[in-house]
Amino acid sequence: MDLLNAVVALLNFVIVPAVAYGSQLALGALGVTLIYGILRFSNFAHGDTMAFGAMATILATWGLQAGGVSLGPLPTALLALPVGIAATALLVLATDKLVYKFYRAQKAKPVILVIVSMGVMFVMNGLVRFIIGVDDQQFADGARFVISARDFREMTGLDEGLAIRTATVITVVVAGICVAALFWFLNHTRTGKSMRAFSDNEDLALLSGINPERVVAITWIIVAALATIAGVLYGLDKGFKPFTYFQLLLPIFAAAIVGGLGSPLGAIAGGFLIAFSEVTITYAFKKVATYVLPEALEPQGLVQLLSTDYKFAVSFAILVVVLLFRPTGLFQGKAV
Amino acid sequence: MSTLTDPGDMAVKDREADAFLIGDSMTGGYGSGADILHGCTIAVSKGEIAVIVGPNGAGKSTAMKAVFGMLNLREGSVRLNGEDITSLSPQDRVAKGMAFVPQTSNIFTSMTVEENLEMGAFLRRDDIRGTIEQVYDLFPILRDKRRQAAGELSGGQRQQVAVGRALMTQPTVLMLDEPTAGVSPIVMDELFDRIIEVARTGISILMVEQNARQALEIADKGYVLVQGGNAYTDTGKALLADPEVRRTFLGG
Repeated sequence: MDLLNAVVALLNFVIVPAVAYGSQLALGALGVTLIYGILRFSNFAHGDTMAFGAMATILATWGLQAGGVSLGPLPTALLALPVGIAATALLVLATDKLVYKFYRAQKAKPVILVIVSMGVMFVMNGLVRFIIGVDDQQFADGARFVISARDFREMTGLDEGLAIRTATVITVVVAGICVAALFWFLNHTRTGKSMRAFSDNEDLALLSGINPERVVAITWIIVAALATIAGVLYGLDKGFKPFTYFQLLLPIFAAAIVGGLGSPLGAIAGGFLIAFSEVTITYAFKKVATYVLPEALEPQGLVQLLSTDYKFAVSFAILVVVLLFRPTGLFQGKAV
Repeated sequence: MSTLTDPGDMAVKDREADAFLIGDSMTGGYGSGADILHGCTIAVSKGEIAVIVGPNGAGKSTAMKAVFGMLNLREGSVRLNGEDITSLSPQDRVAKGMAFVPQTSNIFTSMTVEENLEMGAFLRRDDIRGTIEQVYDLFPILRDKRRQAAGELSGGQRQQVAVGRALMTQPTVLMLDEPTAGVSPIVMDELFDRIIEVARTGISILMVEQNARQALEIADKGYVLVQGGNAYTDTGKALLADPEVRRTFLGG
């Protein structure tokens, strides 16, 4: 019984949250890795692109909510997603036309584009705060739990409860659908294959008649969709606040680099690796240990390796280790 | 620099008049840098194999890239089937029926063999399955490896993928930049055999080769370049027989 309780506690506090967080990071890292593969620079504005997408979706959600539209137990935000994606796609396409295209024509070095993307990041950052403000925004509605901790305890008779929130389930399902759709697109459509070809060997892609501007535009639209979805899922799960999206940049980049920049599969693996590391290292294992260990060995402290305040240190440490020992990442992406 | 002339030159010049593809008296270099080519002429007739040979730094690859529009010509012109294409970009020349296999990075390493072929045919909107089958008939090993990533293949097989990719546009001219660089002598003979087969289908072939002797053996026409100009131009056989060419460029 104690062992079961320990497993349930571990599921409830570590595995379920890490899976949800990992899905969000994976979607974010996919966007970063696509930009790196096709446009060949690290897009620092990605976190704020996510914030913009989430903001646009929130505004549309409020509109729907005011109009009395609802999805029943599901959050209305899902219905507003297409609006958010369209707005974000327009924003990034306009940014590309106004800013990045100029540097592309000059064949600017990647490091210059990175700095340019930081400028774009500050502009987007300001834009989001200007429109929606710096505070927390609530937009989640519908049923809060699929299974609440109390229901679970009553159902199983265990002391520990396992709460599964609607946002968690939606995150995992939507992320799964997105990833499957993206991989299908990249591997089975003419346009998707031309994107992979362009990422693989730009000169040869040009020789084969692949239109670079079209590839770039399609990439931005896909990235806008991924960023918006990732941003909205994160907002549904943990609440929307512009600043947190800026902070998400570090774990997202860590995920993309750990997996191997330019490798979509690597971005997903990296996302989950970073999420699980972050959650396990900052979780206080006292409760689980109390169930599993004999009374004499019961821990005095919290058995927490690192305070949650330091969670970003985890991604940073993993990032440094990977760059030192395996710069191309787990899935042999491009060296940075 | 003036072009060296030898007695056989006039006969070749006559044939160049009706060449299918000709880079005529080309002068130019990369970007705004110094000229690399000095009045260099390269031509190939329909269904023939023309080979460019010469010492290192003679401008062999440059001459071919000039024909393909990858550098700006200050003088001279490029004509394809009588049409002046000097001002066209390489991409436009692909659409006109020219295909180019670069020396390095000439395949999509992360994509499968079949996807490489599909990308070669990207400009085509019609059914490409017939052409894919033709490529597989020409290079049977590629049929067995169609689902494998092209980057995992051996050097010779990669060159076959590269040539196959270029053939997917159903070109009238195939240009090869050192197709046998870094492959074993056996694979080289095999590749040359395949190239002869391609020429027999009516496709003109222009290639740059380091392995001058073997390349001239299969060449209908050979161009020996020195310092960006034509040093000797003749049929492959005549060049191989020329004691001067043998002594200076073929090592005796």
